[in-house]
Amino acid sequence: MSTVHLSQITKQFGKVTAVKNLDLVINEGEFFTFLGPSGCGKTTTLRMIAGFYYPTEGVVKFNEKDMTTVPPEKRNTGMVFQNYALFPHMTVYENVAFGLKVRKISKKETKQRVESVLEKVRLKEYINRQVSQLSGGQQQRVALARALVIEPDILLLDEPLSNLDARLRDEMRAELLRLQREFGITTVYVTHDQVEALTMSDRIAVFNFGECQQVGTPTEIYNKPVNDFVAQFIGETNLLPIIYEKTIDSQRVYRYKETSIYVNESSHNIAKYQETDELYISVRPEAVIISENKIEGNNVFEGVIDLVQFTGESLHLLVKIDDNTTIRVTELNQGIESYKKEGTKVYVQLPENRVRVVPKMKE
Amino acid sequence: MLNAEKRKTIFLLIPVVVILTGYVLYPTFETFLESIKRNGVFSLQNYKDFFGAKSAANFEALWNSIWISLLSVLFSALIGIPLAYIFNRYDFPGRKFFSNIAIMPIVLPSLVGVIAFMFLYGEAGLVPNAIKDIFNLSEVPFSIGGISGILIVHAYTMYPYFYITTSSALNNIDPSMEESALSLGASKFKVFWKVTFPLLTPGIVAASLLVFMVSMASFSAPFLLAGGFRVLSLQIYFSKINGDLEMAATQSVILSIVSISFLLFMRWYQGRKDYRMASKGIGAHRSEVNNPFIKWTMVSIGIIAMIILLLPHATLLVLSLVPDGAWTWQTYPTALGLENFRLLFEDPHIWEPVRNSLFMAFIACLGVLVFGVITSYALVKRSFIGKNLLDILVMIPWALPATVVGMNLILAFNKPSVFSFGNILVGTFWILPLAYFVRFLPLVVRSTNAVLEQLDDSIEEAAQNLGAKWFYTFRRVVIPIILPGVLSGTLLAFVQAVGEFPTSVLLYTLGNRPISIEIMNQLRMFNIGQAAAYGMIQVGLIAIVMFISTRIFGVKADKAL
Ligand SMILES: Nc1ncnc2c1ncn2[C@@H]1O[C@H](COP(=O)(O)OP(=O)(O)OP(=O)(O)O)[C@@H](O)[C@H]1O
Ligand SMILES: [Mg+2]
Repeated sequence: MSTVHLSQITKQFGKVTAVKNLDLVINEGEFFTFLGPSGCGKTTTLRMIAGFYYPTEGVVKFNEKDMTTVPPEKRNTGMVFQNYALFPHMTVYENVAFGLKVRKISKKETKQRVESVLEKVRLKEYINRQVSQLSGGQQQRVALARALVIEPDILLLDEPLSNLDARLRDEMRAELLRLQREFGITTVYVTHDQVEALTMSDRIAVFNFGECQQVGTPTEIYNKPVNDFVAQFIGETNLLPIIYEKTIDSQRVYRYKETSIYVNESSHNIAKYQETDELYISVRPEAVIISENKIEGNNVFEGVIDLVQFTGESLHLLVKIDDNTTIRVTELNQGIESYKKEGTKVYVQLPENRVRVVPKMKE
Repeated sequence: MLNAEKRKTIFLLIPVVVILTGYVLYPTFETFLESIKRNGVFSLQNYKDFFGAKSAANFEALWNSIWISLLSVLFSALIGIPLAYIFNRYDFPGRKFFSNIAIMPIVLPSLVGVIAFMFLYGEAGLVPNAIKDIFNLSEVPFSIGGISGILIVHAYTMYPYFYITTSSALNNIDPSMEESALSLGASKFKVFWKVTFPLLTPGIVAASLLVFMVSMASFSAPFLLAGGFRVLSLQIYFSKINGDLEMAATQSVILSIVSISFLLFMRWYQGRKDYRMASKGIGAHRSEVNNPFIKWTMVSIGIIAMIILLLPHATLLVLSLVPDGAWTWQTYPTALGLENFRLLFEDPHIWEPVRNSLFMAFIACLGVLVFGVITSYALVKRSFIGKNLLDILVMIPWALPATVVGMNLILAFNKPSVFSFGNILVGTFWILPLAYFVRFLPLVVRSTNAVLEQLDDSIEEAAQNLGAKWFYTFRRVVIPIILPGVLSGTLLAFVQAVGEFPTSVLLYTLGNRPISIEIMNQLRMFNIGQAAAYGMIQVGLIAIVMFISTRIFGVKADKAL
């Protein structure tokens, strides 16, 4: 088990900068997720930890040991590839035993360890199958077992669930987490699926354009995004451009078009920004208060319901508050009588303690 | 830091570069040098002669080669494309069987095939004489020979290129494309010309280029059938036999230029962005033929095609059963028996060429296997500067006509050189295995490239990640996975080497006389039966190899091309 230190990492492929000035510390035993849109440099970073790429600049350390240019076979990391990368000419047993054989572990111990890890991933019965005869989920677990059996210092997973169908993905998520907790292994997980990231991770690093935008626990990332990109990328949100007006008592006042917007003066509601930054107000759909009757208080808009989407547990409403702005509102399903109809005139309020002011992401 | 990777790449490249320089580049260069010499002094006289009035024969030969090749392309296409369309788009009784038969010509080694054709349709051939006797004619009604003979043999042996590429293109067309055109109101005829045909074009162009190159290089057919007719590949041989090495070199250079231009053009053409694979290959959809008249017409076409395709094989078999002296001046053989095969295995003198061929092909293929895999691995899995160049260099012996490869080796190794460790190789045993090695290296590199490209990089990375060093990974993971494809490519090279004629006839010595040379000797002595028996050994070997490839290695036979 190890901590991973990435300091000032930059990786260039010719003219393309895949990763820029990355500083990260991944703690021992942590489930750490790289989250971001396609092409943002997640895989590249993971592969620098595994040793398949060497950074153009910067240092990779495991614990206090400099690993920057150590070849992959000497790093003792266990990687699970997106396409599993099982050895097609070997059985399940041979696949899992491969890493032990390379380490010259005795036959007897190999057998013991392979069997025990296969038991943990619930594949004991398949031990002598050819890997091509397994289903996607089973292959995934073989890949996991193969990585775990060598007792790696760090487990690296690159979108391991993206090739599975929705149900299996849920199942494997739970399984993965269970195994990670059981082995207590430092784990780096790459995904572009925010639900996966939020539900599984101890901490998340959100990437965009090769830069790490924010590192934090799932609740921090969701509730206290540092900029409009993070706010928008994780979960759904309403973003309205605003301009700073004044500060009164314990509130700051911003202006959106003709409306003043009041925001509580606290680190929960206002992200760090500089005076020159473009600002947005971000409010989650579930935080918006909606009513057919006039609402008293600040930050209230009048609008018309443009669209109602029924998802079962909740209703998504799009409320048009002026010609080119709609506010997205989520209401829990409170029974048929409470459903609002399209075309109804409503009032929406963005509560002062649930909104967040964020700066525009710097490119 | 990058050095570990770079060092591995360099370590792999050293043998590849040495071999290719020594046995491909250097011989080609030596031929070029020879061509710009006259009596040992620098001079462009050879080229002046080639294009000038003095040896009009050369220019005529070049011209003949070109138009024969163009006609070969045309005829092969006219047979191969419709046949592929019928066999892949309509379902009728026996379809699968016929479509398997359709690639039978590739099972016939070229020299043996030409002989079969001679005895089938030639002046004294079985078919013309049978027709003459049946209809009581005073003369044979037709016979092939000269240009018509060459063209028919070319069409027969080369149409599979069109058949195979068209079939696979047809099977890769998403049926919904044609269906959507039909549903938009286009007529069937229009759909074929506006939708299907354009999708087939890339394959057809590739096959055309290939057939053109192969028939420019064709040696056996003109050698046996041309009579006084001149083609360039043959002219080289005659110049060499007459001792005019400088002219032979000049002719080789000219032919090389044509071939290498085609190679480069083909690479460019196939490297372009290709729209054929816009949608993933969907299994073929075949229209069931219901109209009984059309159905039985198609079955008849199938049967007739089958008979025509298999007649040469059958003829060869019959010929091999004719004992010495049983078919000389008579119209038909007077006796049949297993005499020739008995002799083959009992008379060591008759067995010797077979042993020579097997042994030399084995040595060559061992080399091809090792260097082919290393070369292919470097080309597919490593990145380095000059990769494109190396790729072209590897394919040169494939593009060059066998006669030219032979000439290049003669001119490079008829004197001591570093690459032959200071020995003169010409006139020794080793020149032929070397020639086979050079000739068939590209074939194995190509088939290995195909399997290596299928092998995802992450497989190797996974092994490395689990702690395996590069060489261990290569030995335990890469090799086992690619082995079936590599072996089937090597086996194919092996059988081709066993039957190889053009380089053999230029380079053989009394001691290492291979099968193809002995076939020619037996023909010259009118011992057709023994010649055919040698041929049957080759056909048998090819059949075994095809069987092993498809059944044991699971590699499609047509991939072999
Ligand atoms: N080997 C390479 N050579 C050149 N460019 C590369 C290479 N690998 C990645 N890149 C580039 O670096 C950038 C980041 O790629 P990376 O694979 O890390 O993205 P990613 O976040 O994993 O995306 P995805 O979610 O699509 O997997 C991309 O612009 C990509 O094109
Ligand atoms: Mg990726």
